[in-house]
Parts: sequence; structure tokens; C-alpha cells
Amino acid sequence: MIAVFMELRDGKIKKSSLETLSEAKRRAADLGCDAVAVLVGSGVEASAADAFGAGAARAYALESQALAGYSAQGFALALAEWAGEARPAAVLFAATAMGRDLAPRVAARLGAGLVSDCTGVAVTNGKLEFTRPIYAGKAVLKCVLRSSPQLATLRPNVFPLGETAPGAGEVVRRDVSVPDGAVKGRAVEVLREQGGEIDVTEAEIVVTGGRGLKGPENFGLLRELAALFPKAAVGASRSAVDSGWIGHQHQVGQTGKTVSPNLYFAVGVSGAIQHLAGMSSSKVIVAVNKDPEAPIFKVADYGIVGDLFQVVPLLTEEIKTILAE
Amino acid sequence: MTILVFVKRVPDTESKIRIQYEARTILEDGLSFVISPYDEFAVEEALRLREAKGGAVRVVSVGKDESLTVLRKALAMGADEAVLIKDVTPETYDGLRTARIIARAVERKFPGADLLLFGKQSVGADNSQVPAMVAELLGLPQATVVTKLEVADGTATAFREIEGGSEKVALSLPAVVTAQKGLNEPRYETLKGIMAAKKKDIPVVTLDELGFAAEDLVPQVEITGLDVPAARQAGKILQGDPAHAARELAALLRNEAKVL
Repeated sequence: MIAVFMELRDGKIKKSSLETLSEAKRRAADLGCDAVAVLVGSGVEASAADAFGAGAARAYALESQALAGYSAQGFALALAEWAGEARPAAVLFAATAMGRDLAPRVAARLGAGLVSDCTGVAVTNGKLEFTRPIYAGKAVLKCVLRSSPQLATLRPNVFPLGETAPGAGEVVRRDVSVPDGAVKGRAVEVLREQGGEIDVTEAEIVVTGGRGLKGPENFGLLRELAALFPKAAVGASRSAVDSGWIGHQHQVGQTGKTVSPNLYFAVGVSGAIQHLAGMSSSKVIVAVNKDPEAPIFKVADYGIVGDLFQVVPLLTEEIKTILAE
Repeated sequence: MTILVFVKRVPDTESKIRIQYEARTILEDGLSFVISPYDEFAVEEALRLREAKGGAVRVVSVGKDESLTVLRKALAMGADEAVLIKDVTPETYDGLRTARIIARAVERKFPGADLLLFGKQSVGADNSQVPAMVAELLGLPQATVVTKLEVADGTATAFREIEGGSEKVALSLPAVVTAQKGLNEPRYETLKGIMAAKKKDIPVVTLDELGFAAEDLVPQVEITGLDVPAARQAGKILQGDPAHAARELAALLRNEAKVL
């Protein structure tokens, strides 16, 4: 079987985990086995329902009071103990903040290989073959793992969600014993960014500004465009972040975040190689820049050569009109 | 306090990556190499903690002799000591292999550290695996992708970046912490620092000294292909009257790209 770790936010399974499960189900079909969901925490059995909707044959709830809050150490202990017993062929995670924190610990505990941030999974000779960008997407690596289980994290927003019909299935509860003193660090509080903005890595539409914006106040133009969509976020180039115009959590590129939204707007972004590395896996790219020679136009599906201060407000109005139709 | 900082030599982020296809490696000719940018934040944080609390900062790299340059850079920034763990194996993209080397080195060569600092990932392999694996192998707690770190007596509080916010993590020391951009602003080396770094002796530890035989370190990752990504086709460029271009673009996004 292929097991997928289900990350919960406010008691609900995250979309990125369901995407990972959907991919696990497709690859499990190639291998002739099942895909199963694994939840970890305290009182998580009730959260399993969405996993059945996405195709899980079973769900395992690894329960302990000591796992009520997230800790990489505690969760890794529970998952590794379960995997040691259940012997899945593979354990997959979404490559989120939690998945990237947790998966390496599970791998180390199991002595298993781990492939990070995959954008493709195939089956070759009975094994999973992973495709992943390296050098922030300037090269693409394909690999298999010699270990059993095979561990990988899958990039959010890349793998399509399978069926999401409400489903029901068996939830197998396992009580985990977490020895006293085994968990020496844990999350004690989550602080949401003001305004409840979604992260650029989770957004379906990203509106990114660069040096061409000329100052922090002009990010307002981009926020107005982003506000037209339910799941949009504002991004920034490294030079905008390094100028102090916007927080680094918005930075897209090799020293920032790698994104693959459905639609990416690059506004006043020249398209330095380190920026292109972080966004060229976006499905549709739109560039607005006054310099027709800007490298961003080489990767853009659509471009407008012009003054962004004129173009962006006009474009915002036109998109608003179209969305209202 | 005693702080260990782990640094890696990587291609500059402005580099264009080319492939050596037969060997399934990247071509190093013509690349310029730097200390991985996130590792600079880790070095800076260690120096600030030493300045506030006293102690020593020891910088460690795993790699071939060329990694001495990134160790000298960390010394020039102000680290007290540097050590190279010599590993001439080309990049394996296997985090567990590196983590085993580091965990063994910490146990045998650098016991008693209060804090192990890393960059949140090396730019290049982009794995984000080694620090958390080292933490697990050594039984230490961790906070990864940290933008703010407060260290008290035997404990630390770290704020780690998560989707749409941050997570406050309470740790007992010793612990593993990985640095994200925003943690601090790394200092530039001074001329005096550079001169002093040149004179410092950098001890070299071999894998043999750490008790590894070649077969102990076979990577779990077997590379089956390495290539450059498919180039994107350049698209439609709209010029001229901005109002007209904006209207046309909105229509294309709906009717052709079907993303609106």
C-alpha cells in the first residue's frame, strides 16, 4: 500500500494532503495496491471522512494525548512506529511547512530515503520514480529509492485532485505510546498573518510585483487585482523584498518560494534567472513590463509592454467586468 | 554557549545550470560557488548569540577541498573555528547520507554543543532534509524555517514560517534550528576578518576517522535522469494602447487560457 500523511488545519484535512492522496491512489492502481490515509494527533478519527472522498481505502488514526499539538519528534515517532508495523511500500507527504519539517525525521527514523518536493510520480519496475526540480527548477532530477519504504513529499498545487465525493470507510485506530521526555520541542501557538492572507505557495493566482513598482505604496495596485479572486496572493521579487517594500514571506524565486499557481502575474518584474526559477512551473504566466526586452517575456504566455501604472488598473477593471459576466 | 553551524558550498543563485549527461551531474565548469545563502543567516545568528551570551561558534562543512572557501568566509564573518569533513563524493541529492555523516561527527568530534544551526535548505539540492534528519538521529528537537529565535537558559523559542503565518515552537536545548530569510541581516566580512581567516588552520576530518566504510554510505537515492526543464514557449505580446491591450488580455485569459 501507499500511505499518505494527512495534515490537518482546524480539524480539516488540507487540500495539499488530498492532492497527494489523489496521486497516491493513481499510482497505487498502477502497482495493484491500495492508497491509505494516516492521521496523527488526539481525537483525529473524526477528521478522516474527507480522505475517503479522495479515494483512501482505509484510514489509520494514530492517537495519543501527547500528540494533541504538533511536534516533529512526536509525529515522527508515531508514523515510524506505524510504518514499521504496517510496512507500506511508500509514505507520501504534501511538501508543506509541516510535511517538509516532518518527513525527514520519519525517514531518518526508518533509515529510508526521501525525495523532496516532487512534481511528478510514475511507476517503473514496481517502484515509484520521482521527478523533482533541483536548483530551484533550473534542472530536473528523476530518481528511485533503494529503501523500503520509499518516502517523498509532493509539491502542492501540482497534482490534480481526484474524486471528492463524500465517502465512508474503515478508520483503524492505533493508540501510540509516547514515552515521557521523548518530545523535547513542540508547537505552542500559531500566529496568523494579519488579514488572513493566503500563502503564495497555496494560492491559485499569484500577483507579483518587482522593482518596477518603484515603492511599497504601489503594492496596493496588485492587492486590488488579487482581491478579485478568492484564492489569490501577492508575491514579490527579491529586489522588492530586499528594498524593504514587502515582507520576505512574499518572495518568489530561488531564495524565496517556489510557486505553481494556475495564473501568475509578473508586474514590473524583469525576470532575473533566480526569479524565473521560482515561478516558471506556473500554468499560465502574464507579464506587464515597460521593457520589451525584459527576460520575463521569454517565459510569459501573455505579455503587455507598457507602463504598469496605466496597465494594471485597466486590467483590473477589465477582469472585474469579465468575472461579473 | 557552544554553537555549531553547518554550511555548504553551492552554485551562485545567478548561475545558469548545465548538465553533464553521461555522468548525470551538473557541469561545474564556469559556475561560481558561494556559501548557500540561508547558511549565511545561520552563521550570523550564531555570531549574534555569541555576542549576547558568550561562548564559541564552530563552523562545519561536508564536502571536497573547495568547501574550504565557504569555511573561510564564515571565519571572516567572525566564527571562532572551522572544520571540514572531507567527502569527495559528487552531489548525491541524498539527505540521509549527509545527515548520517553530520550526526556521527557531532557525536564523536563536537560533543556538548547547545545549538546546531543550519540554513533552511541548501540552494541547489533544495532538499530541506539534512537538519531534521540530524535532529532525529541525535534525538534532538528542531525548529525549521525560523525567522526569529530567542535563546534562554537551556531553552529556546523559535518562530517558524508556515503557510499564511508563523508557528511558535518551544524547544529544550540542545536543539536543531534552521534559518530562513528574515532571521537577521548577515554582516559583511571586514578586511581584518578576512586576513585573520586566511591565517587560521582548518582541520580536516575524514570519513574513515568517523568510522565509515564506503558501503555504509551508499545513497538511498538512485538517479535515473537529469535534464534541464522544457523551455516555455514565448507567448503573445500585446503592445500599443493600454486600454485596448488590457481588454484583449482579459478576453484571452478567459477564452484561450481559460483561467478566468
